Amino acid sequence: MEPQENYVLRTVEERGVRLIRLWFTDVLGQHKSVAISPAELEKVFEEGLQFDGSSIDGFSRVQESDVLAKPDARTFELLPWARSHEPSGLMFCDIERLDGSPFDGDPRQVLRRNLKRAHDAGFTFFVAPEIEFFYFGSDDPTTPPQPIDQASYFDLTTADVASDLRKTTLHMLEALSIPIEYSFHEDSPSQHEIDLQYTEALAMADSIMTFRLVVKKVAQERGIHATFMPKPLDGVQGSGMHTHMSLWKDGENAFFSADHEYGLSDTAQAFIAGTLRHAREITAVTNQLINSYKRLNDGLEAPRYVSWARNNQSTLVRVPVTKPNKPRATRIEYRAADPACNPYLFFSVVLAAGMKGIKEGYELQPETTVNLFDRKSAATAGVETLPRSLDEALAEMEKSELVRDALGDHIFEWFLRNRQAEWDEHSRQVTPFELQRYFTRW
Amino acid sequence: MASVLIHPEPIGNGLTRVLDMLGLAWKAIPNAQGALDAAPTGGWNGAVVTVDGDPQVAFDLARSLRAVDEADTRILFLVGADLLPELADNTDLFDDFCLTPFHPAELEARLEHLLRRSDPGGESAVISYGPLRLNVETYQAMVDGRALDLTYMEYELLRYLAAQPGKVFSREILLSEVWGYDYYGGARTVDVHIRRLRSKLGEEHASLISTVRSVGYRLGTARWG
Repeated sequence: MEPQENYVLRTVEERGVRLIRLWFTDVLGQHKSVAISPAELEKVFEEGLQFDGSSIDGFSRVQESDVLAKPDARTFELLPWARSHEPSGLMFCDIERLDGSPFDGDPRQVLRRNLKRAHDAGFTFFVAPEIEFFYFGSDDPTTPPQPIDQASYFDLTTADVASDLRKTTLHMLEALSIPIEYSFHEDSPSQHEIDLQYTEALAMADSIMTFRLVVKKVAQERGIHATFMPKPLDGVQGSGMHTHMSLWKDGENAFFSADHEYGLSDTAQAFIAGTLRHAREITAVTNQLINSYKRLNDGLEAPRYVSWARNNQSTLVRVPVTKPNKPRATRIEYRAADPACNPYLFFSVVLAAGMKGIKEGYELQPETTVNLFDRKSAATAGVETLPRSLDEALAEMEKSELVRDALGDHIFEWFLRNRQAEWDEHSRQVTPFELQRYFTRW
Repeated sequence: MASVLIHPEPIGNGLTRVLDMLGLAWKAIPNAQGALDAAPTGGWNGAVVTVDGDPQVAFDLARSLRAVDEADTRILFLVGADLLPELADNTDLFDDFCLTPFHPAELEARLEHLLRRSDPGGESAVISYGPLRLNVETYQAMVDGRALDLTYMEYELLRYLAAQPGKVFSREILLSEVWGYDYYGGARTVDVHIRRLRSKLGEEHASLISTVRSVGYRLGTARWG
């Protein structure tokens, strides 16, 4: 038995834990959970928990349906909301085939594989996302979403609700080992942003899953609905997940070079070049919903063009200006992804794109200095656009050897099929927009 | 691990918490016969006996423990102020006592002291520094009496730092000693875990772990002022 497993067993016993939740995610990044009792825990550490994977989206086909959930003891936490009456613990799981090999339908295994490749080249991948989301008064999808702090009367009351929500959320996240960098009210009514402090990418993908659950749970307990839907409201900016990234080698920031004007090493430049060259191919993964493209197209805060710049908020990749002699802070910010993506797959494809740039020594295009939110300047800047719809993004992804290789055949093919089916269903819908425009006029 | 007898049963939550915090293997027993029946090989290391109602019950139990030759059972009486005079004629029956209602920190300190004496060769299972207590037997950690919910790596890191308070450790040393050389994350992982630990220690105690510029981390204040 590994010492960390021993630690979990001991803690479960000492703290009187009654239930252990085993967490994993399906291919689209929906949270899945199965609970076991402490009595089963030791056996599950040794053998894994066998279950029928065919009922999980994107997992196995029916004829080879059983898989094993193997808890990762390093991720063990006590659930802060269950502490007093019935202590519960949680652990993230890796999914394996019955023979113990990694199951190729498991997004966490996909990320592990990509991190391993980077590690074999000497790199560790650190990330820090800025997660935006909205609070609404109800989760009823048949009525227009009601922001909780739009009205100007009751400002005091509503402001209290939101700040209490955020405070409780932050405490709960910290209790779950997820430290926060900043948290604040965003531009749109009822929109909030919480920035997580950087960690290594696998831990961060786990943290994002926990984060989405905690935000929703805390809100729900107060009768509020929190949503990570990328664009819930017309006319105001949507929710993105700008993500800061850096690679480290031998304890040093591999993105930093004192010789470069902006402090960017050759590694950083090639990494940026990789993310730009493959940006159109990975967009279906970073922005996987039909609704994601409503955010990318809105011309407000989201990037539309494949471009980079040092301090230009309209580009896809931004290189934040850091204080001189702060090599640790040198990083890039990838701005397309939204918080409804599967974080394991997002980190996998963006890392694969960046690593390809490093491996093949991609040349970095010149930085974009014009404001790309202004369409006229964008047209003259000679930059590609990101896909304008899920359909277009899927077509780009389908052609991509890079994405196929990063995700593996199983997830690559399932993802395309599943997302295309949603697009096809959507394209057959007669929308309120069409009725309003055409019904009386034609 | 020290084995401790508790009398009578059932025992209160306050006492349970103190015993668990000290990492003691304890058993509540109803009477003197039960104490002999359930005694571990080599006898009980200690006994916490509540003097209550008829004090003779407690004294008889203590006497029977003293009668076991090979055992050197350290006995602590929990006694109300009203029964304190009874103890005066029976000083041979106990090694220490604590007034009830007891203060958990006092009882914890007394028991720790009492049992350490009974086992001079044994190392204490508890690492203490200021408000911080770490039990290496049970993997539990507390600050100001509040249990900390730590992950395995957070616990291991805190234990490593707390075992040598005041000493500064570089990230590389921590990484190789706590994580082992083969670990994936690189030295920056240490920063990540230190930050998590500080956030779990809470604002008031976050400064227990200090960052020593361009060297690494230290628990507590510097040794030489």
